[in-house]
Amino acid sequence: MAVDKNTLFNEEIRAEIDSWIAKYPADWKQSACMPALTIVQESNGGWLTSELMDDVAAYLDMPPIAVYEVATFYSMYEHKPVGRHKICLCTNVSCLINNCDSIYEHLKNKLGIGFGEVTGDGRFSLKEVECLGACGGAPMMQIGDKYYENLTPEIVDSILEELD
Amino acid sequence: MANEVCFRTLEKSEAPWKIDEYRKLGGYEMLEKIIREQTPPDEIIEQVKISNLRGRGGAGFPTGLKWSFINRTTPEEKYVVCNSDEGEPGTFKDRDILRYNPHQLIEGMIICGYVIGGVAGYNYIRGEFVEPTRRFEAALEEARAAGYLGRNILGSGWDFDLHTHLGAGAYICGEETALLESIEGKKGQPRFKPPFPAQFGLFGKPTVINNTESFASVPMILSEGGEWFRDIGVENSGGPKLFSVSGNVNRPGNFEVPLGTPFSELLDMAGGMRDGRKLKAVIPGGSSAPVIPGDIMMDLNMDYDSIQNAGSMLGSGAVIVMDDTNCMVKVLDRISYFYYEESCGQCTPCREGTGWMHRVIHRIETGKGKPEDLDLLVDVAAKIAGRTICALGDAAALPVASFIQHYRDEFQYHIDHKKCMV
Ligand SMILES: Cc1cc2nc3c(=O)[nH]c(=O)nc-3n(C[C@H](O)[C@H](O)[C@H](O)COP(=O)(O)O)c2cc1C
Ligand code: SF4
Ligand code: FES
Repeated sequence: MAVDKNTLFNEEIRAEIDSWIAKYPADWKQSACMPALTIVQESNGGWLTSELMDDVAAYLDMPPIAVYEVATFYSMYEHKPVGRHKICLCTNVSCLINNCDSIYEHLKNKLGIGFGEVTGDGRFSLKEVECLGACGGAPMMQIGDKYYENLTPEIVDSILEELD
Repeated sequence: MANEVCFRTLEKSEAPWKIDEYRKLGGYEMLEKIIREQTPPDEIIEQVKISNLRGRGGAGFPTGLKWSFINRTTPEEKYVVCNSDEGEPGTFKDRDILRYNPHQLIEGMIICGYVIGGVAGYNYIRGEFVEPTRRFEAALEEARAAGYLGRNILGSGWDFDLHTHLGAGAYICGEETALLESIEGKKGQPRFKPPFPAQFGLFGKPTVINNTESFASVPMILSEGGEWFRDIGVENSGGPKLFSVSGNVNRPGNFEVPLGTPFSELLDMAGGMRDGRKLKAVIPGGSSAPVIPGDIMMDLNMDYDSIQNAGSMLGSGAVIVMDDTNCMVKVLDRISYFYYEESCGQCTPCREGTGWMHRVIHRIETGKGKPEDLDLLVDVAAKIAGRTICALGDAAALPVASFIQHYRDEFQYHIDHKKCMV
């Protein structure tokens, strides 16, 4: 039985997904799958549940398996809870050369967690990422929308202090 | 001569990303002229061919020739796609085009749309580039308001619009057919070629796909002429190019300089070696390009042929500079991990080979290497190259072979002494 799409998500999210659907040809609604996953992940504190993926599938008239495939292929989709601030540290070659290891050590000591973990209070999680296209500012990390470049342990401290 | 094409507006305006500023510097004049005079598409393609512009995304394919592959007379919809996925480690130039000169990219994409008779275009931007995407989208709004996009562009009767599509963290989506799959709402797995995107591209329709820097070069090629652009560079390498210089240098950054510029000059622009240390090695075109020892590199020029003759590739123009404190085993360990992580898993040689190579290099790095490991690595690398659907397989194999070729003694030392010689 077809679901009533107006019961999925909320009005704001539906409108946002619709604005993406409008960018693609009428018979290519599934092109909005990636943006839809990003939007619902954001609304759920940064991670996806199977219910959310099923709802995206229903909303875009896609088989659920097709949505799971996409959601597990791309590394920015999370399938476990993440911290309120997801710290993504690049460890690729230019950052390696510029001693990202020392930044990782510092974050580990400061937060008491390693890559793939969340602090007990749910404030931070740490993630190792591949080159983020900001190698001129190595070592660097991303938190939320923002890139932080030319990191030193002191700079990392002041960045984290600013976050709630 | 620097900053003549993609970065030409950067020093001339406080806010070069705004449409009024871009227009003050001659922006959109070319597009207006083309639409007003209804310039025959073949004339535009001819100028791009004369310019010797080669694709800036990595493969260096001639852009004019690529555009000429589209059959304009088919009634099918045709698409323009820009590759702003910028995932090749070491590369950070397209981000600056998006942030500082988005209108020149938009103008280039619209001109391409005009040439092929396109209905729409998409700029595929990597998902992490949130702030550059906001800039680009704001520029799209301005261009739409000015009548350069949307219905009946500048009264010509032609409808064409541009949109963004955001990636979500997958290096392989920089490969053009994986990118198209991704816009179609699928996993980013490369397609078999042929058919090429010019025949069967986005949504199965004829499509031109180019890198950000390639599109952003087009307005200047047309306003100044193909010969002007060609003569900035050297034979087989037309124009200037953006080089992203990173690593152990004093002032890392992007530098737009003529193709053929000596590497030694580029290194000077980047402030020279940090702490006055000795140059050990350079990866001249992103992590997929074979490494070149520093003393050889100091005698090379930054153009397609020179770097190729030295056994490497100019690639995306990502120049990773390493001094003598770097352990080459450790660097290769990280590079091989990247390809292992990012293989899409479709082809057995790539899926299995990247895992094999990484495990062996990692055990050498951690002091558990065996005497036969180096030959094993060279053998596995040779078995991947040329046996896969896309070029990621080669990209994984080439660095391994080159690191061992040039720094075999360092790898041997790791195996024999269970520690690093650096
Ligand atoms: C694994 C892989 C990753 C790639 N990543 C990118 C990329 O991030 N950006 C890009 O422009 N081209 C990338 N390319 C090259 C594209 O496949 C394609 O050649 C390019 O977008 C064509 O545009 P151009 O001719 O203007 O360079 C990649 C290729 C491969 C095999
Ligand atoms: S070469 Fe590797 S990345 Fe490319 S299609 Fe094959 S498995 Fe996928
Ligand atoms: S290597 Fe870290 S941003 Fe590119």
